[in-house]
Amino acid sequence: MTEQSPIQNLAKSTFVYVTFIRTTPEKLWQALLQPEFTQQYWFGVTMKSDWKTGSPWRMTLSDGRLGDTGEVLECDPPKRLVLSWRNEFMPELTAEGFTRCTMELVPDRGAVKLTITHKSDVADSKLIKAVSGGWPTILSNLKSLLETGEIALTPNP
Amino acid sequence: MDDDAVFRALADASRRQLLDRLHDRDGQTLGDLCMGLQMTRQAVTKHLAILEDANLIATKRQGREKLHFINPVPINEIAERWIGKFEGPRLAALSDLKTRLEGEDQ
Repeated sequence: MTEQSPIQNLAKSTFVYVTFIRTTPEKLWQALLQPEFTQQYWFGVTMKSDWKTGSPWRMTLSDGRLGDTGEVLECDPPKRLVLSWRNEFMPELTAEGFTRCTMELVPDRGAVKLTITHKSDVADSKLIKAVSGGWPTILSNLKSLLETGEIALTPNP
Repeated sequence: MDDDAVFRALADASRRQLLDRLHDRDGQTLGDLCMGLQMTRQAVTKHLAILEDANLIATKRQGREKLHFINPVPINEIAERWIGKFEGPRLAALSDLKTRLEGEDQ
């Protein structure tokens, strides 16, 4: 077999989610980072940072608790954002250390292709499992907000 | 995204089987996906292209390899269009019940 994959364990703790949103890269970039947008489609969370390479970022949950934190590893608006990412409110996830989340925006046939890749070096990462459940709803809401001005689904409490 | 492409892609048992395999273990190569299947490598390649066009899988290059990842976002969009808004919690309860009862049968 020529296609054995030595990186299978790494791939196990990766997800890649893609959505196409009829908007511009600039608007999508704003929506990904600005609190007034994220609060609407992302279960009430806000992200805070100056979004410069090397700067810290932090996410605050809707109830004011600290959610996740990390460092801005790459920031090339409105094309590419790479963040190191650690959960801070569930000890067993915090213990897994930093993961890496990449957001790529590529104009595609009148829309923007948004690809979110989230990886952990930990095999069978619990953090990856936890976030992979939430992203599809977040992305559907984001798409709906940008395309229609409303979110499709209010997050479950 | 084109809903027709999503439904067409899902309307084939072989393609659903490939999605099931990625759901079990994400990030597989073409070689991994072909293992133990009755389909030819060419057929799998063709099915994967249809799934990728429908945005049901995403691919990433890692070194020499192309890894395939299941992308549940379009299915989530379909679910939310008709179901999520009204029925989410009740359907989740029903589906839990079904899983539990069917689990007991085995």
